[in-house]
Amino acid sequence: MEFTVSKNQKIARHVYKMELFGDTAGIRPGQFVEIALPGRFLRRPISVCDFAPGCLTLIYKVVGVGTEDMSRIQPGQKLDLLTGLGNGYQLDKAGDAPLLAGGGVGVPPLLAAARVLREKGLPVVVLLGFNTADEVFGKEEFERLGCTVYLATADASAGEAGFVTDLVTRHKLAPSRFYACGPLPMLKALLAVLPGAGEVSMEERMGCGFGACMGCTVITREGPRRVCADGPVFDRQEVLF
Amino acid sequence: MDTRVNLSGLWLDNPVIPASGCFGYGEEFARYYDINILGSFSFKGTTKEPRTGNPTPRIAECEAGMINAVGLQNPGIEAVCQQYLPRMKQYFHKPVIANIGGFSVEEFEYCCAMVDQQEQVGLIEVNISCPNLHEGGKNFGSDPHLAAQVTKAVRRVVKNKPLYIKLSPNVTDIAEIALACEAEGADGISLINTLLGMRIDLKTKKPVIANVMGGFSGPAVFPVALRCVWQVAHAVKLPVIGIGGVNSAERVLEMMAAGASAVQVGAANLADPFASKKIIEALPAAMERYGVSSLQDLTAAARGW
Repeated sequence: MEFTVSKNQKIARHVYKMELFGDTAGIRPGQFVEIALPGRFLRRPISVCDFAPGCLTLIYKVVGVGTEDMSRIQPGQKLDLLTGLGNGYQLDKAGDAPLLAGGGVGVPPLLAAARVLREKGLPVVVLLGFNTADEVFGKEEFERLGCTVYLATADASAGEAGFVTDLVTRHKLAPSRFYACGPLPMLKALLAVLPGAGEVSMEERMGCGFGACMGCTVITREGPRRVCADGPVFDRQEVLF
Repeated sequence: MDTRVNLSGLWLDNPVIPASGCFGYGEEFARYYDINILGSFSFKGTTKEPRTGNPTPRIAECEAGMINAVGLQNPGIEAVCQQYLPRMKQYFHKPVIANIGGFSVEEFEYCCAMVDQQEQVGLIEVNISCPNLHEGGKNFGSDPHLAAQVTKAVRRVVKNKPLYIKLSPNVTDIAEIALACEAEGADGISLINTLLGMRIDLKTKKPVIANVMGGFSGPAVFPVALRCVWQVAHAVKLPVIGIGGVNSAERVLEMMAAGASAVQVGAANLADPFASKKIIEALPAAMERYGVSSLQDLTAAARGW
């Protein structure tokens, strides 16, 4: 599907925000898109940060040659995207006190989830974890939606000192359901301090992104599952860590 | 414009066949387009037992292709025959190609005998690019004697369907392997499987792929594949399916002009789910541009048939 880039700006260290015009019908929070980049054989899977009719927002971190290409894309450039990939979050199961927890570049997909939960009138608590102050992004966006936001940095240069798990214990949080996205050590630690229902977004190097190549398999309690097509969101009961 | 082709009695509307491992069991692609426009497709390499495959990362990108080390992850032959094929009836109404993997001669025999009984299967393609776990791990496809041994065994049990052997390019003389398969009664040859390759991540100084090495495929391998198809088509009398780096209607014609009777499209499907559809749609115009009115004639001219 053809999209046109309308904005592409740096918002934190190594992190960029891209806005695109195109058909966003059928996109759900927690899903991802696959972007074809000129000169690169495989598409790049990027989580959906937020969307509105005809407008898509992506926040991505430059981690390799593909995302580096993306960071140089100018407004007006047309890109071929596959949209509506992956399962997304089960927001209808949120309960009365949902919690969103994001670490680093795991923060973006939580924004659309926060918007939908706030539209339902639910109080939403958001935990943001970063390594250091110059990596921080997204705090104002969540606050603008009316979420209660707690921020932590590992080096105490912004917000509270420590990790998102420290925020859980320090503020005695006991959500009805949590939705988490971030690096594997963060997810593991989070499951240890949050006993209740929850969902985690997984990440794995992908080939196709739509379920055909079996490149991104994770072993779960239910057996081998494709992160791209059976995930990227898995129930906490399913994951093995 | 006649795009029909024939593989040992199996008629296809066109020569375009998504390759095994790049098309699953078709379901994911049927969501993007009506896959009944395909000549056929070769389903995911299936073994006797379910396999979870290799550790991840399994994928590494290259300049004009990719390396995969999926490790034949598949649900096992019983699940495929009892669940996947019945479900396939809802979205694919043509004969499918059953791709069979194995780590022993007995495993190949077992799986081939089972798919030989399936009405939806139009052709059996035996992938011999796997290590023989009973004899020191040497690939069946890397030795003419081992290739002959597998062919002979599966030939005994395959009674209803055309039997094709899919060859590995990671050999000194691919024509020699093809001749060994022909001598043991294969009905045709599919080639090539992926080229063994690897990448290193300079940040970690470690291989990108957890399994260190994997199969390299994509547009970059096309000249190698075409050369192999030419060599085999000029050595054996059997029909040949050309595979490797095909991403356009022109490359389909090139493969057939090298002697292929049909062509498989692999990695291109993973980069673009519409790749095979686009190739099929572009084929008549490409035939016209190069003065080809019949694809069977193109193959026949190359083979001296």
